[in-house]
Amino acid sequence: MGYHWNWGVFASPVPSGETSYLGWMISGFETTLALSLSAWLIALVIGSGMGVLRTVPNRWLAGLAAAYVELFRNIPLLVQLFIWYFVLPELLPAGLGDAYKGTNPLLQQFVAAMVCLGLFTGARVCEQVRSGINSLPRGQKYAGLALGLTLPQTYRYALLPMAFRIIVPPLTSEFLNIFKNSAVASTIGLLELAAQGRQLVDYTAQPYESFIAVTLTFMALNAIVMSLMHLLEARTRVPGSMGT
Amino acid sequence: MGELDWTSIPGALPFLWAGMVTTLEITLLAVLVGIVWGTLLAIMRMSGVKLLSWFAAGYVNLFRSIPLVMVLLWFFLIVPALLESLFNTPRSADTRLSSAMVAFALFEAAYYSEIIRAGIQSVAKGQLGAASALGLTYAQAMTMVILPQAFRNMVPLLLTQGIILFQDTSLVYVSSLADFFGAAYKVGDRDGRLVEMLLFAGAVYFLICFSASLLVRRFQKKVAT
Repeated sequence: MGYHWNWGVFASPVPSGETSYLGWMISGFETTLALSLSAWLIALVIGSGMGVLRTVPNRWLAGLAAAYVELFRNIPLLVQLFIWYFVLPELLPAGLGDAYKGTNPLLQQFVAAMVCLGLFTGARVCEQVRSGINSLPRGQKYAGLALGLTLPQTYRYALLPMAFRIIVPPLTSEFLNIFKNSAVASTIGLLELAAQGRQLVDYTAQPYESFIAVTLTFMALNAIVMSLMHLLEARTRVPGSMGT
Repeated sequence: MGELDWTSIPGALPFLWAGMVTTLEITLLAVLVGIVWGTLLAIMRMSGVKLLSWFAAGYVNLFRSIPLVMVLLWFFLIVPALLESLFNTPRSADTRLSSAMVAFALFEAAYYSEIIRAGIQSVAKGQLGAASALGLTYAQAMTMVILPQAFRNMVPLLLTQGIILFQDTSLVYVSSLADFFGAAYKVGDRDGRLVEMLLFAGAVYFLICFSASLLVRRFQKKVAT
């Protein structure tokens, strides 16, 4: 095909001269990590809260959580991201919107991507938390209440500790998804790993080296996260359940 | 902020509809090819032939560990060059749609194959033994006994995956192909009405996916009883 392979391209300096193309890749990798981990934190907090609400007796609260899940599961991630990035600043009250648009554009990209990924994944975490709670025998809740615990105490001390241990495996796959989905943030110009890879193609015309490097990095990240989560799964597995 | 102005939508409807047709074309093709290729992968993975099962496992794990955006970029890069060398199509030809279709079909097959493998494994093991006791070959047992039952159990999951795929097709945005989302974005960009068009696109996706998932849920209840 007449393609000139040149793996040395990563060592050559970028046009501005301040770093090498490898430096771009590393900074992209760091952005991917920071974005995914911060979004995962949001997803865990919102998802756990909403997941609990889905199972409470109050129909309004349960309905609110159900609406959240349906809204965030039925709109494509890309559309959600564009709405967070392009639409929401316009819908803020004028003063606040202008103040937000005056901040560092890189920060705006990061915040939009983080909130978007966090809430998108939160809806999926919510469903896992709900199914974890629902998989517990009903007697656990009644036993807690009969012992004089309040409903929040029953969740805190009886239901949630068990539910979270049960849902570690499905949460693992959501955690892996958040790293993969973070690549969508390249569409709003956030310079995470995939975007740095494309930028490298534009500057060096070495698409294969760049794409192979980015792809291998994502695969390595996937493998590392998976083995870490397997360790966690082994430690949190409920004795007597499947796989022990 | 300016007032919302929805007037650019009515005039753009034919263009948006053409985009929706592209979206549906990609989705349908990817679902069909994905299920067929996914079934083959699932069978290979469970087969006793080491080479086949390694190939299928490698394929599935590869596609499942790369972001879809990267897969799309790969195929937009590679497919045109491949078509050129195979069919002598000029490099300037617009191959974005075929690239997107190939990428989605191959990518989704990895996800479908995991659903199908779980479905096949959910069919009681004795069935295979019973089939071979009746003198059916492995292929006959698979196609006439195991797969029909497996697919019946899997239909809701396959449909749900189809809805996810329908949403994921919006990512062809990276090649600026005018699928439904791409069309909406282009209209909004042209008219300076990006806010309205993005909200409109979001609402359309929501209505379609929400109704589809309600239908799947109803169907699931019907099958379960």
